[in-house]
Amino acid sequence: MRDMKMRAQLKAGVTEVKALISHPMETGRRKNALDETVPAHFIQLVTATLNGRKVLEAQWGTGISKNPYLTFYLNDARVGDKVVITWHDNNGESGTGEIAVTAA
Amino acid sequence: MNEQDSSKQHLPRRGFLQLALGAVAALMWMPVSALAALWNKAAFEATTQPEAVKGLQVAGETPSSEIDIVAPDFAENGAVVQVEVKSRIPGTEAMAILVEKNPTPLIANFMFSDGAEPSVVTRIKMAETSNVQVIVKAGDRYFTAAKMVEVSLSGC
Repeated sequence: MRDMKMRAQLKAGVTEVKALISHPMETGRRKNALDETVPAHFIQLVTATLNGRKVLEAQWGTGISKNPYLTFYLNDARVGDKVVITWHDNNGESGTGEIAVTAA
Repeated sequence: MNEQDSSKQHLPRRGFLQLALGAVAALMWMPVSALAALWNKAAFEATTQPEAVKGLQVAGETPSSEIDIVAPDFAENGAVVQVEVKSRIPGTEAMAILVEKNPTPLIANFMFSDGAEPSVVTRIKMAETSNVQVIVKAGDRYFTAAKMVEVSLSGC
């Protein structure tokens, strides 16, 4: 499974969730050193849940940078709550990461 | 930059639907919500901004000063341009990011549920100097704002 780094910090009532997903995000237009086109390989769906309840859903195209970075903010998360991020790409691969909310 | 038909490179929708409809879905580790949102192929594969906007089924977006876009005025490397987008429009449900001059202008569409602030930070690719446009959906109304980012090295 591809690596995902996550952090969820509660400060001043708002929880900042940061995620860094390891993924090539190939557009399907890039040529390699042998001048061969590298096939498209990119994340299309990202879902985030807080204690199992959906809070964010994103559709991505090829324009998100390699090794995608995402920050989002939750209003009613408490310390110890569980944030889970799941992604699916165009090749049927998927990945998931989870982290507990901590106090900043 | 070579245009390449990427029509074969999308999620197996039929498979997804069958899973979502089947009782199997309940037993899967994947949240059903991920299956419900099928990737908007028409919008993401559109090669012009108006087509992408049409694919998002946006009807008549109004310019708004209640959308904040934080992005550099000048980006040296178009492969990684950090953008922060925030909507102060009440009832914001979704936020799309587009780069007008990219080969496929639609970058991402974020949908916020209960308890999530309509705000994200992410890093995007930019082919050349272009407007970064944000379209916000609030109920059945659409709002937009844009910021020009100068790019010296293409990131597509």
